[in-house]
Amino acid sequence: MDIKNRAYPGESKWKGWVYLLPVFLVYFVFTLLPILETVRSSFYQWDGISKSKTWIGLENYTSLFSDSLFLKAFSNNLIFILFYSIIPILLGLLLASLLTRQSIPGFNFFRTVLFLPQVISMVVVGVVWRWMFNPTSGPINLFLSAVGLEQFKQAWLGSFQWALPAVGSIGTWVQYGFCMVLFLAGMQRISQEYYEASSLDGANSFNQFIHITIPGLRSEIGVALITTTIAALRVFDLVYTTTRGGPGESTLVTGFLIYRSAFLNNKMGYAAALATVLTVIILSLSLLIRRYMSERSETSK
Amino acid sequence: MTLRWQKLLPRYVLLTLFMLVVLIPIWGLLMSTFKTDTEIITSPFGLPESLSLDNFRAAWSMGKFNIFFKNSVIVTSVVVISSVFLSTLSGYAFGQLPLPGRKLLFPLMLIGYMVPFEAVIIPLYNWMNFLGLRNTYWAMILPQIGLSVSFGTLWMSSFFENAPQELIDAATIDGCNRWKALWLILWPLAKPATTTLVVLIFMWTWNEFLLALVMVQTEAMRTLPVGLAFFQGKYTSSLSLMAAGAIIVALPTILIYILFQRFFIRGMLGGAIKG
Repeated sequence: MDIKNRAYPGESKWKGWVYLLPVFLVYFVFTLLPILETVRSSFYQWDGISKSKTWIGLENYTSLFSDSLFLKAFSNNLIFILFYSIIPILLGLLLASLLTRQSIPGFNFFRTVLFLPQVISMVVVGVVWRWMFNPTSGPINLFLSAVGLEQFKQAWLGSFQWALPAVGSIGTWVQYGFCMVLFLAGMQRISQEYYEASSLDGANSFNQFIHITIPGLRSEIGVALITTTIAALRVFDLVYTTTRGGPGESTLVTGFLIYRSAFLNNKMGYAAALATVLTVIILSLSLLIRRYMSERSETSK
Repeated sequence: MTLRWQKLLPRYVLLTLFMLVVLIPIWGLLMSTFKTDTEIITSPFGLPESLSLDNFRAAWSMGKFNIFFKNSVIVTSVVVISSVFLSTLSGYAFGQLPLPGRKLLFPLMLIGYMVPFEAVIIPLYNWMNFLGLRNTYWAMILPQIGLSVSFGTLWMSSFFENAPQELIDAATIDGCNRWKALWLILWPLAKPATTTLVVLIFMWTWNEFLLALVMVQTEAMRTLPVGLAFFQGKYTSSLSLMAAGAIIVALPTILIYILFQRFFIRGMLGGAIKG
């Protein structure tokens, strides 16, 4: 650290705090304190209305692991990782591998459209796809009828078997453009010479993909993993607007279970324990991937 | 056809395919806003028979989207202006000023960027309830600022860290104090970083759902996404009305995205990489 962050002669060394204070206060009161309070509430049984809270220690946590609702919700989150993270990243890599050697005229236009789902409210996305999946008037079933595939028509979002993959594929729709744009931006950094040199050495496209493209996109792949996995773990808006966790519990996710327990069923302590578990998982996952990525980039230097 | 085009064509086909999958549902939604419900079923993606704005009118006044729109504009503008202003100050503190505890504070700010709203929503709800602030703009504005300044501080501090030191030193020699150096020297240079922050916080606040859903009970205080979610429950059968409502919610973010997409994409990719 050079001259930055040093006090000028005669200047108080606390100068920075004057500028930081407003942010620190609002951040402390509306983010840090609530996080701590969530953790504290998770040791109590409380209906959210009455004055008395009962200390029950770890009971909210121990019951989670035998709680079929939580296990169902969390396993649905894990399945969503496939749809939100794995499939979009694979699609993004597929595209990146095909667009290696040449810049594509007009690519900016494609980029604009591919990124579009990222900026639209998830409630709007839910409205769009509820219409697409509508059993009687939705374009997907209308299309299946039109091409003579009547037998594949489903009540997509209302079906125990299909609701989860249907909602999941909405997640894929939202995320794959993000991964593609991210990877294609990363491709700009990889020198063309690597590809040219390896071609002269007789490497085929597949070898180049494994040995040049993937290592070159390491940090982008890490970023895509973090952001899309977290999106899969914290999904709420989309489930709220498409299925509300139904039919039955088939699309229940942790975020929706927290909402339902806290604000519809008045189980504040239980919901706080769920929220704590979800937060710990999300935080440790992002720290893990972050550390892994920085180690990898250290060794590659 | 030249060799170059023979190589490019399959790539265009693939890109176009991926693009159409994104575009078709949005196109269908947009077209539905001009159609009647029966027209939507007979021709979901075709052009409408007439460019009637009746659905918009119905959603706007009967569906109360005029009220939701006003609420969203109020909440979003207060959050954006105050978060960006406060983050400029705190980012400056992190990037340039003497700040005891800086090393410890940095990961602390990072937490707010990574935690989901679920981590804070339960106590915030109870506190706002206790203070009688539910159903007010404050209940939506204050927590949103609290989460936005976390990313904002990290984002602005990385700009200030990399700001040209010679310029600041020269200004200091000329007798510029820290406050003046910030607003007269650095702020004009920070325009791209600030623009990115403005558009990102705008989008996050405009689209925020859980907070507004929990904090607000009365229809008159709903923001657009919450209004749309309840509207969807009420008018399930009328696709055309719902589509009009959805477009009212989505259009402002889409327009700002198209106008500022360079900043958007840089922010979302860069923010993700750095954060």
